[in-house]
Amino acid sequence: MPGPIQSIERAAAILRLLARGSGRLGVGEIAESLELAKGTAHGILRTLQGVGFVEQDRDTGKYQLGAALLHLGTSYLDVNELRSRAINWADALAARSGEAVRIGAPLEGRVLVVHHVFRPDDSLQTLDVGTLLPLHATALGKVLLAYDTTLVASLRTGEPEAYTRRTLVTQTAIKRACGKVREAGWAAENGEMIAGEAGIAAPIRGHGGIVVGAIGVSGAVERICEPDGSPSPRLLGHVRDAARAVSRDLGASRW
Amino acid sequence: MVQRYVMSIDQGTTSTRCILFDARGRLVSVVQREHQQHFPRPGWVEHDAVEIWRNLSRIVPQALADAGATADQVVGLGIANQRETTVLWDRHTGNPVGRAIVWQDTRTDAMLEQLAREPGADRVRQLCGLPLATYFSAPRVRWLLERTPGLRERAERGDVLFGTIESWLIWNLTGGAEGGVHVTDVTNASRTMLMNLRTLNWDDELLEFFDVPRAMLPEIRSSTEVYGTTSRVVPGIRIAAALGDQQAALFGQTCFAPGEAKCTYGTGSFLLLNTGPTPVLSTHGMLTTVGFKIGDEPAVYALEGSIAVTGSLVQWFRDGLELIGSAPEIETLARTVEDNGGCYIVPAFSGLFAPHWHSEARGVIAGLTSYITKGHLARAVLEATGWQTREVVDAMNADSGLALSTLKVDGGMTADNLLMQFIADVLDVPVVRPMVAETVSLGAAYAAGLSVGYWPDLEGLRRNWHRAGQWLPAMDPARRDTEYGHWRQAVELTFGWMRPGPAAAAPGSDLVEVLLADHRRFEQLLRDLRNAEADRPALVAELAALLVAHATATERIVRPGSAGTPFADDLLAVLEADDFEKALLRLENVVDGHVRGEERGLLNDLRRTMSTSDRTGLGRAFVAERRRQLDLDCGSATHIRELGDRLTL
Repeated sequence: MPGPIQSIERAAAILRLLARGSGRLGVGEIAESLELAKGTAHGILRTLQGVGFVEQDRDTGKYQLGAALLHLGTSYLDVNELRSRAINWADALAARSGEAVRIGAPLEGRVLVVHHVFRPDDSLQTLDVGTLLPLHATALGKVLLAYDTTLVASLRTGEPEAYTRRTLVTQTAIKRACGKVREAGWAAENGEMIAGEAGIAAPIRGHGGIVVGAIGVSGAVERICEPDGSPSPRLLGHVRDAARAVSRDLGASRW
Repeated sequence: MVQRYVMSIDQGTTSTRCILFDARGRLVSVVQREHQQHFPRPGWVEHDAVEIWRNLSRIVPQALADAGATADQVVGLGIANQRETTVLWDRHTGNPVGRAIVWQDTRTDAMLEQLAREPGADRVRQLCGLPLATYFSAPRVRWLLERTPGLRERAERGDVLFGTIESWLIWNLTGGAEGGVHVTDVTNASRTMLMNLRTLNWDDELLEFFDVPRAMLPEIRSSTEVYGTTSRVVPGIRIAAALGDQQAALFGQTCFAPGEAKCTYGTGSFLLLNTGPTPVLSTHGMLTTVGFKIGDEPAVYALEGSIAVTGSLVQWFRDGLELIGSAPEIETLARTVEDNGGCYIVPAFSGLFAPHWHSEARGVIAGLTSYITKGHLARAVLEATGWQTREVVDAMNADSGLALSTLKVDGGMTADNLLMQFIADVLDVPVVRPMVAETVSLGAAYAAGLSVGYWPDLEGLRRNWHRAGQWLPAMDPARRDTEYGHWRQAVELTFGWMRPGPAAAAPGSDLVEVLLADHRRFEQLLRDLRNAEADRPALVAELAALLVAHATATERIVRPGSAGTPFADDLLAVLEADDFEKALLRLENVVDGHVRGEERGLLNDLRRTMSTSDRTGLGRAFVAERRRQLDLDCGSATHIRELGDRLTL
């Protein structure tokens, strides 16, 4: 078991310091209070600024607590912002895969469809942005579940609904599926919400790797899956590429 | 097989981006850099042309690197650019003369008012398809030449060059001071006010009117041809197309056939309708412009409705009011309320563009009550874009005689679902977003690809277009009408704000006085016309214009919805001078009846029931509307015939 990480302790101390008194301090004042080298304090402040936990006043150069700290409990990324940042990549995914694309984010124990791109065959389709989908029966939902334990807990309060005979309805089955998603880095659905419909999804990550949503393709089983029922490797590659591209745009560096 | 790409550069108002597209028109890599906006004085907007060039030099290699491509994999480069923005630079050093003056800049306002009174002013619109407005390049060139000592001489010698942004970039890419090519494409040239819309050449009459020396102008070329090869930044790439950004979007949306239209929602918004191989002159405040010209083929023209402030209203909401942290959050905030709460924002930040063309208008927030929250304001911000689109579509339908059946949309604001639904609701037609929202860049790429034979023809390009999203109208028609009424009321409040200055309430702006003054002028003109020795054609022209302007302004501002006596036939008879005396007599009777009736009835009512400030407000609106009508050449026989029985006194 490694010991405490010094830079995190120092960051916490800086946040405590800023939460006191007037709430506006210069980098020199902070360095003096904590007996840190000015360069060290500056480095930590810049990092905290990057994640939105502190803000720097444009005129005085002093630091204060950032708005992101006040909204820690609520959603970290505005869903409309997410759509706006992802729209080009979602279009590209639909164009490459030839399938309909959806982006989902968690809302009240369901998947909120944040963005929807039509299947590029110019057939009649309806936008379903704003629709809520079940977490446990969709590829998008399973991605969100896999990286958020509180969402899993929310499922426990009620019996998950069985949409088809393939829907995962037991806690054990859902947990096992989530484990697989984390291992593989993607999720699939095959006739679990609507018989004959399938989907593939991958996580969208923000700063530091936190999962903020999922992007995926869906459509008729024959088009999405191989004859053996596993997702088409070609589509899977496109979905994962798109998820990585959006994540990079959102500031997730490692994915 | 080696992958080949088309490179597209979109030099926009706030940023420059470089995108690589593959053979199916799919995006491969995107790199973008913003540049600084300079606001040295109210109404002035400038860019540093050198900063833009530097940004370009950085993003082009980066876009290639991101795609893992080299210059020889790029079959051609297409440029789409912010239009009308004016750069003057020294041919020998490559240094710009001051900063570039941006299309939003209104510094030439006062100069244009003067120009409008000079002989030849009425010919300008016929020659170049554009009204005298601060929006276009020629007045800026004149402004710079007049105010920079020694500049005119240097321009006349050809030492100083003029260009819109694409000229500046092509000149620099092809070598700059060492052999740079000085060209522009016909779509960009059609926005200068210096090009003849029919010959597609610089026009001597226009050059003389704006006093711009020919030696400083670039050569006009088609939109798709190889202008040269890059020798700087990344050498060896053919520059194969250039289009103004809105024309590029028209091309990217594959609006190749007459009747097809698109609207691009960005900082400002621009609705373009393909009108085919002949230019249509507008009587409803639209611009006539070149849509594109493919190599040696005939040019394709377009009608354009430009809205100055749409996305920039959201930016103001974010940066000026700081009510949201990022532009997309406007939708989140707007969704916290059910409707606009009775609040309307008319963003006439630097006047109103199409279809009003009131450069003296300034913005208002109307309908404020203590009930209004920031959520309602956010709604009003988004709805302003919807209503402005509606006004342009109405005007365009009237000009083209076609009813728009679908609107193809693109641009950053198409990510806003609430806004797109609202546009479908107020237009009452489906709104469709294509798969590649970056249609400006795509259009430049298409044009470049077509130019070098990467894509064979327009049909091939059309097959690349796919619907990515669609919003269907769902608003109750009665509600749509009421809301539109409120919006128009709010728009009228913006008219005439800047023009009268401190004399806003001075004599002459009270509606009653304005109407009386018009009546006296009618009587004077009619009296003069009885004299057979007088210059009758001139008097008739003045009378016709004034009568139509007065009648239209009366109908729109003073008594919307109630008609008077039709007089189009009588007026046409006077204009065409068949049996002049008799026709004049009939017209005199109509005018007389109107004058007497109004002065006995309406004017007394106004004096009795309306406050002075209300009368002044209406008077300003009336004068502004009348002026707009006069600017639109409302007294022409064509226009009178078109109005027909709707023209009443």
